[in-house]
Amino acid sequence: MDTILLAHGSGGKMMHTLVKDVFVKEFDSSHLRKYEDSAVLEIIDKKIVFTTDSYVVDPIFFPGGDIGKLAVSGTINDISVMGAVPHFLSCGLILEEGFSAEELQKVIKSMKKSADESSCEIVTGDTKVVDKGKGDKIFINTSAIGTMIPDVSLSKKFIEPGDMILINGFIGDHGIAVLSKRKGMEFETSIKSDVQPLNKLIGDLLSNGLSVRFMRDPTRGGVATTLNEICDGMEFGIELIEEKIPVREGVKGFCEILGFDPLYVANEGKVIIVIKREDSDKALEIIKKFPEGRDADFIGEVTRENAGRVILRTIIGSHRIVDMLSGEQLPRIC
Amino acid sequence: MCLAVPMRLIEKEGKTGVAEISGVKREVRLDFFPEAEIGDYIIIHAGFAIQKLDEKEAEETLLLFKEMLEGVDDE
Amino acid sequence: MKYIDEFRDRKVCEQLAKEISNRAIKKDITLMEVCGTHTMAIFRYGIKSFLPSNIALLSGPGCPVCVTPNSEIDKAIAFSRKEEVIITTFGDMFKVPGSRSTLAREKSLGSDIRIVYSPVDALKIAGENPDRIVIFLGIGFETTIPTVAATIKDAKNKKFKNFFVLCCHKLIPPAIKVVLESGEVLIDGFLLPGHVSIITGTGVYKFIAKNYNKGCVVSGFEPVDILQAILMLVKQINEDNYSVENQYTRSVKEEGNLYAKQLMNEVFEPVDSEWRGIGIIPGSGLKLKEKYSQFDANNISVKVEPVEENPECICGEILRGVKTPLDCSLFGVECLPENPKGPCMVSSEGTCAAFYKYGK
Repeated sequence: MDTILLAHGSGGKMMHTLVKDVFVKEFDSSHLRKYEDSAVLEIIDKKIVFTTDSYVVDPIFFPGGDIGKLAVSGTINDISVMGAVPHFLSCGLILEEGFSAEELQKVIKSMKKSADESSCEIVTGDTKVVDKGKGDKIFINTSAIGTMIPDVSLSKKFIEPGDMILINGFIGDHGIAVLSKRKGMEFETSIKSDVQPLNKLIGDLLSNGLSVRFMRDPTRGGVATTLNEICDGMEFGIELIEEKIPVREGVKGFCEILGFDPLYVANEGKVIIVIKREDSDKALEIIKKFPEGRDADFIGEVTRENAGRVILRTIIGSHRIVDMLSGEQLPRIC
Repeated sequence: MCLAVPMRLIEKEGKTGVAEISGVKREVRLDFFPEAEIGDYIIIHAGFAIQKLDEKEAEETLLLFKEMLEGVDDE
Repeated sequence: MKYIDEFRDRKVCEQLAKEISNRAIKKDITLMEVCGTHTMAIFRYGIKSFLPSNIALLSGPGCPVCVTPNSEIDKAIAFSRKEEVIITTFGDMFKVPGSRSTLAREKSLGSDIRIVYSPVDALKIAGENPDRIVIFLGIGFETTIPTVAATIKDAKNKKFKNFFVLCCHKLIPPAIKVVLESGEVLIDGFLLPGHVSIITGTGVYKFIAKNYNKGCVVSGFEPVDILQAILMLVKQINEDNYSVENQYTRSVKEEGNLYAKQLMNEVFEPVDSEWRGIGIIPGSGLKLKEKYSQFDANNISVKVEPVEENPECICGEILRGVKTPLDCSLFGVECLPENPKGPCMVSSEGTCAAFYKYGK
C-alpha cells in the first residue's frame, strides 16, 4: 500500500487490512484489539469530562509537529484546562483518496507518541475515504474522556479583582510556524510550533491545593481572544502588560513584516491560568519546573475597572483596548 | 498605508538578496537599491528594498533623544 | 529588532509627550495623519492618550482599502468569476466589500483567489500556471507602485503572456491637495507618510507649506517617531512658520529614490482616478504606458455589474475627515469588523475598524 484508495474506506478487505496493520498495530490498545463497535470503559464514581475537536491544519507536517500530535494534544488540553485528567481518546479519520500511506503512518505514529506521553489510550476509531479533491489529505477528529480531579472546581465566576494571569511560555509560535510553511509564503524561519499536551503540568498545579480560578488554552484567535472570552459579560476587567508577554524574537519579526499582532496568533501548547494573587508565586514556581512551563510568566491581572474588557498597558506606558479577533489575520502591505 | 521593515541584507546576488530580521529570512529584490551591501539594513516593502536605512542618521536621532533625557535628569 | 525597538522607548515617549503638552499653546490644534499605517500605529501604541486634549488627530486618505472605489473592487470580483482566472492580491483587499460581494465571499464560492506578500510572488504563480490567467490587483501608493512596476518589467523581459495587473494605484500629493481645497476641515498640519516619501522624496509636499500655510512633517512609524513629528508640527504652528521638515531622516532623503521613480515613470503614466468618498481626482491614478499595455487587465473582457452604493455608509465623509464613525448609523450596529459594510471597517487601519477595535 503506497497510497490511500477509496476502497480503503469501503468496509471491505482493504479497509480491514488498513485498520489492522496500521491503526490497531500502532495504537496498541487492548480495546482496539477486540474489534468491537465501541470501547467499553470503566470509570468509577467520578465526574466525567467529555470533549471533541476536529483538526484540518494545512500543511499537515510543520516545524515542531504534525496534524497527529496536534489532534491528540489539542483535545487533551481541552480536557485538562477543565481541571480534569484525560484517559481515553477516539480517533476519527477522513482521508482523501490518493493520500500517501507513508504520511498516514507517520501521522498515526505521532498520535500514539503524544498519547503515550500524556498517559492516554486511543480506544476507538473510524476511517472514511473521500474522493480526490473532496478533502485535503487528512482530517482528524478526536474526542476524549477524562475525569475531574477531586475537589477542583474551575469557573469564570470564581475570578476576582486582584487575581493574577499566568501563561506557561512564548505566544504565537504555532500560528507562525504553520503560516511560514504554507504554500506561497516564501519566508524562512526557525520558529517551531509549541504543540504539546499540558495535562502533566496542569495536573501537578491543581494537586497542590492552590486557588486556581480558571484556565483556558489560547488556541485560534490567540491570547487576546481567549482573554476577551474570559472577561466578556463579567464584572471584572483584565489588564495586560505588553512588556511581560513572552514573544520570541522570530515571532515578533514575522509579525512586523506581515502586519500581524502576536496577541492574535494561535498557540497549541499554552494555557492561561487565572489564580489568586497570594498563590500566584507558588504556582509560577511549580509551572517552571516543567519543560512546557520553563518560560512561564505573569502577563497581567484582573481589575475592578474596565469590566468586560481587556486593556493593554503598552510598552510605551499608554493604554489601549484589546478586542476579540474578527476573522483571520491576513498578510498585508498597509 | 505602507508597512515596511528594516531588515539586514545577509546574501546578495545581482539584483536579488536575502534579508533577515530576528531570524526570519526572505528573498528580496534590490532593484531600487542596487548598491546595497551585505550587512546593510534595508527597508523592505512587499519583498523589495525601497531604501537603505541610514545608520548614521538613526544613531544621531537616538543620540538626540539620549541628550534630551539626560537634560531632563540634570534639572 | 535593531532600529525598531530603540524607537519604542518608553522614557523617550514620555519626555516627548511632556514637551508636546508644554508647547501646545494654541487653543485647538488639528493634525491629519495622511497614512493609514500611521493611524494604526497611533492606535496600537495609544498615542492619543499621550497628547493634550487640545490636539486632535484626523485620519487622512492614505489607506488603499478605504479609497479604492466600488467600481474597481467590482471589476476584480467580476474577473475572479472567470474560470480561467487566478486573482492574486495583497491580504488587504480580501475582505473589502464591493457593491454586492467581496473577494473572500467569491473564494468561498469557488473562485481561485490567492493572497501574496509580494507582486513577485504573483508573477511566480503565473509561471507555475501557464494555462491560467493570473491577475494581480495593483493597489497601494507610491511605496508599492515601484514594486509592481518592477514586476511588470520582469513579466515583459520574461515574455509572460498570462500575467496582468488591474491597476488601482493612487498617488498621495493630489489627494492631499483635494483635502486642502475642500476647506471642510481646518487642518493645522500634516503628519506625512514616511514610506511614501522614501520613494517620492520630501519636495513633493512643498506646496502644502508654501501655498496653504500648513505644518508639514514627514514621519516614521514607531511611537517615538510619531511623537517627535507631532512635536515638530506643534513648533511650526507656534511659530507660524511652515516648511517641510523630515523627522524620518534615517530612511527618507530629500530627493527620494531615483531608481524607483524612474521605473515608475517607465511603466506607468498618470491618469484621472476615482477615490471612494472623494470622487474623481485629476492625475491621481496610474495606467500602464503603451509599451507595457499588454499587461493591463482591462484587455481582458469582463462584464461588470453596475455599481451600487450603500446609501447609509458615510465612509466617504469619514475619509475626508468631516465626520467620525460615531456619526454613522451603521457603525457598531450593522457594520462590524466581522461583517463590514464600508471600507473603513475592513482594513484594520481603516478609521472605523481602528475606532471600533481600540477606541470605541
